[in-house]
Amino acid sequence: MTTMSAAEPTRRDFLFVATGAAGVVGAAATLVPLIAQMNPDASTVAAGAPIEVDLAPIAEGQIIKVFWRGKPIYISHRTKKEIDEARTVPLSDLPDPQADQDRVKPGHDQWLVVIGICTHLGCIPLAHQGNYDGWFCPCHGSQYDTSGRIRQGPAPANLPLPPYAFLSDSKIQIG
Amino acid sequence: MSGSSTDKTLRTSGLQTWPHNLKRADGDGPYEPPAYKPSNAALRWLEDRLPIVGLAYSAGVSYPTPRNLNYWWTFGGILTFMLVVQIVTGIVLVMHYVPESTMAFNSVEHIMRDVNYGWLLRYLHSNGAAMFFLAGYVHMFRGMYYGSYKSPREVLWILGVVIYLLMMATGFMGYVLPWGQMSYWAATVITNLFSAIPVVGESIVTWLWGGFSVGSPTLTRFFSLHYLLPFAIAAVVVLHIWALHVVGQNNPTGIDPQTDKETVPFTPHATIKDGFFIALFSILYAWFVFEIPNFLGHADNYIPANPAVTPSHIVPEWYYLPFYAILRSIPNKLLGVIALFASIGILALLPWLDTSRVKSATYRPLYKQFFWLFVVTCVLLGWLGSKPPEGGYVIMSRLLTAWYFVHFIIVLPLLGLIEQPKPLPSSISEALLKGRGTALLIALAVGAATLVGAPQRAAAQEHGDVQPPRNTWSFAGPFGKFDRGQLQRGFKVYHDVCQTCHSLALLSFRNLGEEGGPEFSPAEVAAIAAEYKVKDGPNDQGDMFERPGRPADHFPPPFPNEQAARFVNGGSLPPDMSVLAKARQYERGFPWFVIDMFIPYQELGVDYMVALLKGYAPKPADVTMPAGMQYNTYFPGHAIGMPPPLSDGVVTYTDGAPQTADQYAKDIAAFLMWAAEPTLEARKRIGFQVMIFLVVFTGMLYFSKKKVWATAH
Repeated sequence: MTTMSAAEPTRRDFLFVATGAAGVVGAAATLVPLIAQMNPDASTVAAGAPIEVDLAPIAEGQIIKVFWRGKPIYISHRTKKEIDEARTVPLSDLPDPQADQDRVKPGHDQWLVVIGICTHLGCIPLAHQGNYDGWFCPCHGSQYDTSGRIRQGPAPANLPLPPYAFLSDSKIQIG
Repeated sequence: MSGSSTDKTLRTSGLQTWPHNLKRADGDGPYEPPAYKPSNAALRWLEDRLPIVGLAYSAGVSYPTPRNLNYWWTFGGILTFMLVVQIVTGIVLVMHYVPESTMAFNSVEHIMRDVNYGWLLRYLHSNGAAMFFLAGYVHMFRGMYYGSYKSPREVLWILGVVIYLLMMATGFMGYVLPWGQMSYWAATVITNLFSAIPVVGESIVTWLWGGFSVGSPTLTRFFSLHYLLPFAIAAVVVLHIWALHVVGQNNPTGIDPQTDKETVPFTPHATIKDGFFIALFSILYAWFVFEIPNFLGHADNYIPANPAVTPSHIVPEWYYLPFYAILRSIPNKLLGVIALFASIGILALLPWLDTSRVKSATYRPLYKQFFWLFVVTCVLLGWLGSKPPEGGYVIMSRLLTAWYFVHFIIVLPLLGLIEQPKPLPSSISEALLKGRGTALLIALAVGAATLVGAPQRAAAQEHGDVQPPRNTWSFAGPFGKFDRGQLQRGFKVYHDVCQTCHSLALLSFRNLGEEGGPEFSPAEVAAIAAEYKVKDGPNDQGDMFERPGRPADHFPPPFPNEQAARFVNGGSLPPDMSVLAKARQYERGFPWFVIDMFIPYQELGVDYMVALLKGYAPKPADVTMPAGMQYNTYFPGHAIGMPPPLSDGVVTYTDGAPQTADQYAKDIAAFLMWAAEPTLEARKRIGFQVMIFLVVFTGMLYFSKKKVWATAH
């Protein structure tokens, strides 16, 4: 049996390393479908497609709730009083400072569209309740104002905005 | 032996995981393989507390394996690999499957269509079961040929029989889960077997069903047990491997290694050999999964379970066919059931039925012939199990069933007494100086014949059917692709003609725009969807209402329910067309069904459909037809409720294709092929890449194996 110098890599070593590498590649490739199958499937993604909401039936001062991607979305047709309340608050008073103008679409100040999930631990806040004329979360007492911003309570952040756009003055597309 | 505490832990634990009867080559007592001595301090710490790494080392690395094992001995490794594959694919499938009678079939189609790589996971699991059984039968036949069940391996063998029984139960229950026609009726037939038991039979059947017939309670409990049993199999496999390690592997000579010089360490020698053959086996597996995924299945299982309609031929999957033949060959119900269970149970008695002292058939010239006769008997019984129990088939089944039992009860005991074995070598070393057998090729051919001979497409057999002519399809073959234009035309045919009566419930409008299909643009898809009226609601008043369709909606059915559909269509129910192209087939006969595996040909459904659409003919004078039915050359029974739907010019094509009935037939069939298998192109594309990788990888493993064994030989 020929002795081979242990210091020099041999053809045999190359074969073993290459085979091992191919095995690792194969194993990694095998993992791809196993992990990918847990991602949302095509029908779930399709069901999460954008929805259109007709704003015409919503009276001034009324707040409706729609669902998109399994999440509740509040659409608030704000009165002038509510808009002014939101705009006269100094930003330094807000735990999560954000101007009301940044939370609505330009030219559509009366329409506030927010995801109705409390940023504390995920309960659905109740509309038209609380000390700030906005939302009140019954779970741990967080209170949001007419712009959906957190004012008081354990929640750390303002009610988030879903992606949405105005298709016309009386119709929005959410998502 | 002094040394680290590791040594003491393993040695004094009493668990010896290598053969007890192996001696040291230098003649100084029993052989002990090199101990696990970790240089890493953390590993030493673990080893002192739970010597699990050392156990794995002594069982899988330093474990002394006979050096003369041939490739038949790789099937244990292949089986372990397949068990892992089945468990892993099964667990991920369960993340999406719904085990309830009204939702199960659709949840499987949801997996096939919507779940990312769902089609791959499903086909891996269904074909994996077949591969599992194929490897299992090879493994068992190997044991029978080489006498691996003889002392001291009786318990090893019996554990194997237990595993086999658990596999059969698991496979049966798994097949019920898709809740197709075969699922439902196989469940009915097999559970009804227990009614043969006197006195308590009917109560047992009711208890199994959880109702007065197979239904949702049956499905849910089968689901529970199907999930459980593979882990029971895994536990028995652990015992099986433990029992193996205590006595050591058998080998082709049937003479156990006497010293460690006749063995090699399991790693790298057996590991690389197993690895190579697992990769080779995977090529066969991949061929089924990617090229002919429905070849081994039965088309009727793409028809949702219908308790009111029994399929014309109820047949189990190929791996049960020999036992099905045995069951049906006994004219008495109870005795047939007893024969069925006895045919498996008798395997457990093999160590005592075979009286020969000589283990390996290599040295038993007479037994060798009876062995191959037994293999042929099993294959023929399998073929007969797929045939209707009529005429000559019944006689053949009875003769072969009798021979099956004669082989065990008469031949084996007698042979040991009267056979003159060939002179045995004194040891493995002596035997190695002579040549090796090449029974591998013969048996692989037999194995392939078993696989291929079994799935006789029994569906169209009894009506003396005319064979539909084969058409050329752009999507046929390993590199097939759909013709977008043809799919779009086919959709037009569906839209203008078929959808008046036929639903397409499993498809959504958005599928029309997805890759691999007609690939309409998003605007076109939205426009198509908006044409349809879809039921929605309730609204705030509590009423249901209709609205224009959206891409995410499914195609709405033309009739609100089955009764309305039958009423309008003279009592006939126009079937839903979502999987119709996979739910139809025709008898191919020998040798075509063998050749089909290799071409590959899997367009039986669409060829049948085209033939049917063009196959309306005037009723022959000697045939009577029920009122309101039409004569069709290719429809089983020739009496079809659907009037000829296609005629020249009935659909307007805008792309210049001929507006003939023949063209419409081809286009709608292609469309329905896509509807049944929207992931076809992805399957073939990924399949090609996987096959290339596997061929290259297998080659690399082969040369690695040769290098590893260069010094051993």
